[in-house]
Amino acid sequence: MTSGKHTVAGRRQTDIMDILRISDLRIGFTVHGLAREVVKGVSLRVPAGKTVALVGESGSGKSVISQAIMGLLPRAGAVTGGEILFREPLEPGTVVDIATLPPEGEGIRDLRGGRIGMIFQEPMSSLSPVHTIGNQIEEALLLHRPMPKPQARELIEAMLKRVGFKNPKRAFDHYSFELSGGLRQRAMLAMALICQPALLIADEPTTALDVTIQAQVLDLMRELQAEMGMAILLITHDLGVVANMADEVVVIFHGEIMERGPVEDIFRRPRHPYLKALLNASPHFDMQEGERLVALREARPRPAAAPAPKPAPDAAPLLSVRHLQKTYVTGSRSFFGKGSLSVVKAVDNVSFDIKRGECLGLVGESGCGKTTVSKIIMRAVTANAGEVIFDDGRERVDVLGLKGDALRAFRPRIQMIFQDPVSSLSPRMTVTNILREPLAIHDRGETQGQLDRVRALMQDVGLDTRFLNRYPHSFSGGQRQRIGIARALALDPDLIICDEPVSALDVSVQAQILNLLKDLQAERGLTFLFISHNLAVVNYMADRIAVMANGRIVELAPRHTLFTRPVHPYTKALLRSVPFADLDRKLDFKLVAPGGASDDSHWGEAFRIGSDASALAPVPLGEGHYVLARPNADVRELVS
Amino acid sequence: MLIRYILKRILIMIPTLLVTSALIFTVINLPEGDYFETLAAEMQAQGEKADMSRIEFLKKEYGFDRPPVERYVRWVAGLLQGDMGYSFEYQRPVREIVGDRLLLTMIVSFATIVFTWIVAFPIGIYSATHQYSWGDYGLTFIGLIGLAVPHFLLALVFMYFANIWFGTSIGGLVDPQYLNQPMSWAKFRSVLEHLWIPVIIIGAGGTAGMIRALRANLLDELQKQYYVTARAKGLPPGKALRKYPLRMSLNFFISDIGDILPSIVSGAEVVAIVLSLQTTGPLLIRALQSQDMYLAGSFLMFLSFLTVIGVLISDIALALLDPRIRLQGAPTK
Repeated sequence: MTSGKHTVAGRRQTDIMDILRISDLRIGFTVHGLAREVVKGVSLRVPAGKTVALVGESGSGKSVISQAIMGLLPRAGAVTGGEILFREPLEPGTVVDIATLPPEGEGIRDLRGGRIGMIFQEPMSSLSPVHTIGNQIEEALLLHRPMPKPQARELIEAMLKRVGFKNPKRAFDHYSFELSGGLRQRAMLAMALICQPALLIADEPTTALDVTIQAQVLDLMRELQAEMGMAILLITHDLGVVANMADEVVVIFHGEIMERGPVEDIFRRPRHPYLKALLNASPHFDMQEGERLVALREARPRPAAAPAPKPAPDAAPLLSVRHLQKTYVTGSRSFFGKGSLSVVKAVDNVSFDIKRGECLGLVGESGCGKTTVSKIIMRAVTANAGEVIFDDGRERVDVLGLKGDALRAFRPRIQMIFQDPVSSLSPRMTVTNILREPLAIHDRGETQGQLDRVRALMQDVGLDTRFLNRYPHSFSGGQRQRIGIARALALDPDLIICDEPVSALDVSVQAQILNLLKDLQAERGLTFLFISHNLAVVNYMADRIAVMANGRIVELAPRHTLFTRPVHPYTKALLRSVPFADLDRKLDFKLVAPGGASDDSHWGEAFRIGSDASALAPVPLGEGHYVLARPNADVRELVS
Repeated sequence: MLIRYILKRILIMIPTLLVTSALIFTVINLPEGDYFETLAAEMQAQGEKADMSRIEFLKKEYGFDRPPVERYVRWVAGLLQGDMGYSFEYQRPVREIVGDRLLLTMIVSFATIVFTWIVAFPIGIYSATHQYSWGDYGLTFIGLIGLAVPHFLLALVFMYFANIWFGTSIGGLVDPQYLNQPMSWAKFRSVLEHLWIPVIIIGAGGTAGMIRALRANLLDELQKQYYVTARAKGLPPGKALRKYPLRMSLNFFISDIGDILPSIVSGAEVVAIVLSLQTTGPLLIRALQSQDMYLAGSFLMFLSFLTVIGVLISDIALALLDPRIRLQGAPTK
């Protein structure tokens, strides 16, 4: 094992050679003295200049494979068999077996960053917060291609310009926390590509980004690939991204390859049941009314419970929000004088109704104010102005005016399901304690009654009551989210606010949770405010959808209308940016909004805020369809 | 931006120090009586006849017949002019008494800090990068012993063995023959010969604490994604470690400077008494016992001042080192 290099003499150069060829790779982890194999004989190849997508759920071993290619396996892990052959395209004939290289040796370090670049899922945390972007890119460049600093800076600025920084000279000296998520991922790309690697490994590169930004970053990756000719190993669980990016697809499940082949075969003729199930589990826009997602594992056998009676259609809305306003003051506050204060309107004149038994979807990019709205309704944040009326048919409650005991007594009526199933459950409480806590806080029943209720809740969300004494860490993400749902149900709320309840979950688990929420809604006549940035998910759940941008609701329409006849340019841009898991409807990257969809300078005259924000008003287009525009604008003109 | 920040911090120091001085003054004056009454009582207890008229005179002379508020104002006014007052017990200005001992104190304390860092840094880094190895366990164990054994006990043990094995004289920082000599090369060597004992004893606890803190901080940082990014660039492990996680884990060292400055001056009181070091620690304790109020008060005030300065220095250093503090300013509300 002295050297992994050997020459393949006399081998005829094929048209496309494989940059990377992994054969029968096995990776084992030793945890607490127990050895476990997480990658079980995986073989795949990445041809030069092509994109290969490695698709699988979390825990399937896809990230471990990428770590092995980079020689960055955690200390507990090791390659136990097989080979990872990297073929240097600049010197045809040399082949390096990465699996045999010492993990911190010079051989692998030359490849890492030099010939194989990598970008990660979290653009937030993958850049050092205390070094400038330029410093971090320069380090990568000088390490592999020593050159005088001025020349390096020139190269880096050119690269920053190429990945889309408007002012690369200034960007060089920026810190990562001064940039938006999309720009950070662009900076990561610049860093990974500055040495012109032959292979780029992208580990869920756009999962943490909004759809419009995702489309931009994917577009950028394709363009750079065309220019620089590198191969891409794209690791993802999003089949929509795969359909739009990949030339070849490898599907992995529990460390084993289920299916692989050209993208055409995979999407048009999926053979393996796992892949078929995965395709059926992803919500898409063509779903029929009442069509149900097929979860890989349902949360519980479908109960025969009778659906709750539908309320009268003309009843007053359960929750009615009027002219909500919330501003934040940001910037440094100096000891004397003003400093640089700026006022951000997080929520700007937001009004909507939620009818009893309805699910209202609220979509928008991060930072558009959708979470702030939910927090105001929950009374976790105080609004500057506006009104929230809660009317359950018996009494009308002014939610924002409640104080003291009245507020306390009101709180059980609205409950919340959170995004992150890991951090929203206390790791030091058993499931029993977690589910009982709301009951104890509001003095519901005696001890025995509470415990019975906890058992019933567990059954409602399809979890075994034997798990009651366990702690959250022993559950999977989907199970934890079900515990979170059970907790929200504990007090029999009228309204449940779901804040991105499935965005941290895998596709298959996502379908399970969505179906569970739908069933619960039907059984109990629950009302949902469903917040998400995933349009397909909202499409599956919601009856009506409100689209938010820059703190305003720009369009509100019944689900079907919004997806078939969107009017507002922002809604259109959002819909254009969603990658479909369908080869016949690839993203038109050129149509995706250039500067970010919420930049209103790209919007039509009738929708622009201009100098007078109050000039905009919700314009009715019929059938409950409203769009935020100038009232004097011709309605037909808007629709066209 | 930074200059305004520093100015702001300096302005905040003024009310802080005023409140501290009021607190110190109040606490020192809380016990019944004052230095002269304690003195008279002690003399009477020893059967000597106290010259009551002289005590009355002294009381008047030093303003003890005035209301406390007035004495406080006078004391603070004196401090502002650099006059730390007069020690009754030593019959000399406080500044001279403290000044004598300050040099030795600073030598001991400074050596202790350097010792702490030199030992703690490599061990902390080793423990974090070799988590759960035998080396990590062993060093952690030794560190915990250092943390758990009381200083005075360690001091007694060390004194005994230093005398038996190295023939170093017990107690003090110099051989008795140099005690009242001016500083010379020989005396300096003698100081060095004695210095290691208090340095190790005082440093033991701090070193162990620092190892634990550095290990925990570094372990957190080693999990961070940016460290993986750095290694994915192809950086050698040592350089990646130094540039990213280590730099980040330094923040707590720097915020520690605020505590270090006063401890340089105060000296470890208990150890100093056991080893009979001529540092400021025993002086302060004696002054507090005998209600030598100007000595105790002014000295405490001096320590408070150094604390505030230390915190200022660490805040400025943090702002320089961490752009998030420098550029993000006040947290958004």
